Amino acid sequence: MNKKYNPALFWFAVANAVTTFLLIGLGGLVTSHEAGMSVPDWPTTYGYNMFVFPLDKWVGGIFYEHSHRLLASGVGLLTTILAVWLWLKDSRKWLQWLGIAAFLLVIVQGILGGLRVRWQLDWLGVPHGAVAQAFLLLTTAIALFTSRWWMNSADEKQTAVPRGLRSHILYVTLLIFVQLLIAATMRHQHAGLAITDFPLAYGKIWPATTPEAIAHYNATRPPGTIGNPITAFQVNLQMIHRLVAYAIFLGVAAAAMLARKRLGLRDALTKLAFFWLALLSLQIGLGAWTIWSNKAADVTTLHVMVGASALLTGALWWLVAARRTKLAT
Amino acid sequence: MKKFLLLIALGLFTAAQIHAGDLTGSITFKGAAPAEKEITPIKDDPNCAAMYPGALPKTKFYVVGANGELADVIVSLKGVSGKSTGASAAPATIDQKGALYSPQILAIQTGQKLIVKNSDPVVHNVHTKPTANPESNQVQMNGAADLTYTFDKPEMFVKFQCDVHPWMFAWVSVFDHPYFAVSGADGKFTIKNVPAGKYTLEATHRKLGTQTVEIEVKDGGATQDFSFEKK
Repeated sequence: MNKKYNPALFWFAVANAVTTFLLIGLGGLVTSHEAGMSVPDWPTTYGYNMFVFPLDKWVGGIFYEHSHRLLASGVGLLTTILAVWLWLKDSRKWLQWLGIAAFLLVIVQGILGGLRVRWQLDWLGVPHGAVAQAFLLLTTAIALFTSRWWMNSADEKQTAVPRGLRSHILYVTLLIFVQLLIAATMRHQHAGLAITDFPLAYGKIWPATTPEAIAHYNATRPPGTIGNPITAFQVNLQMIHRLVAYAIFLGVAAAAMLARKRLGLRDALTKLAFFWLALLSLQIGLGAWTIWSNKAADVTTLHVMVGASALLTGALWWLVAARRTKLAT
Repeated sequence: MKKFLLLIALGLFTAAQIHAGDLTGSITFKGAAPAEKEITPIKDDPNCAAMYPGALPKTKFYVVGANGELADVIVSLKGVSGKSTGASAAPATIDQKGALYSPQILAIQTGQKLIVKNSDPVVHNVHTKPTANPESNQVQMNGAADLTYTFDKPEMFVKFQCDVHPWMFAWVSVFDHPYFAVSGADGKFTIKNVPAGKYTLEATHRKLGTQTVEIEVKDGGATQDFSFEKK
């Protein structure tokens, strides 16, 4: 057991986190291409052991769903190795258990994905998406806890981060997580765009949601739109998603200004806060592009990945700030 | 005695047939036919693209003839139920050909077999998305045996989709009686052997909505036309 920085363990944890991030992207492509049910069986793929499924059958929606399953298996393997490695080689009990938690979570996530297919339940895609984000946070946090900075930070002089600023970042990060849950609910309605224009909504600040209005929206959807008919719930949900996006943007902008004021422009956390703001600006742009492109699969998936990055940035900011403050006081 | 009873039964059956007629009509679309969109995602799958060396097929949301004949309208008697003869009816068939369902609009009875074929050289999954009946999602490899479906509950427009090829859809309406028809390319429909009486006749197009009309079917049958337009 050792308490020293272990570069091999750290880089392995980073590889696990990066692979998880890519897996979220691939999962995003599965939903964006409406390919989640293109492989009806699980854990087999069209009756084959999934690891020997013939390459010539990786076509259409199968390509996305099958690749997602294979990469998920890879993440499962990496997480298992990581958990064992932490258990055997890291002396921090809490980190050992965090490794076990990641191992259990990846199993739960795999089963959720499998049941979503086997039980043909669209709504199971929502917890599957939510657990994916939580798992990404967990694997990235483990990578942070095994990093050189974290291990050696006690030996260096640290500057405390004011509690108000830390709380602000935490609340905004939690709001981003709520936003991702809203987004997952929107995506797993499999109904295409509930509102087809931006920044207005059906030409208004707040669109009508009467039965007549909904019938009109459905009748005048762009030609070629696939998926279920939209409902008033979905229209309202997209409006809430927009409002929460504006609130998050303002929250992140305020965080950047506060960090600059309290920590100074040269502090790494201030720079990270401005990076966060840039990420949010990009995310709002991608949200608009998602609508203007009539939910083009690649654009929508990029929107999912930048959303996950925004959540991750807030969480990492808060963890580093908490560590610095603890060591400084 | 047995022969006598048989004769009576035969007589009653014949009488029932006599007091029935065919319900026919034509359906037209008012105005210019809405433009259909080329199914461009077919190009993304090389195996499917190979089936279309020329122009790609277009969506078939509004199948309108040169003189406004409107196909794919489901015409049915409303308020009739529990008279399904589906168990003894000939099976209906949907084929997957050219990475498209054919036909895309179909109507069957509860208990009637629906056979789904795969004539394509590619794999499909057949994913049904009903609201009243159980959902199912089955593999159908190229060259695989036909799949057979039955539905126990009446329901309009049960969606059949292929998630491998997300442009592929068919909609199957299920009735618990035999008094329905789907208008053909000539816009015409025929509901056979409707017992004489007064009914509400319903015509539904998946995109253009539903129209109803009160009708009376006499021994010689009845005729009723419909006209749809896009609002």
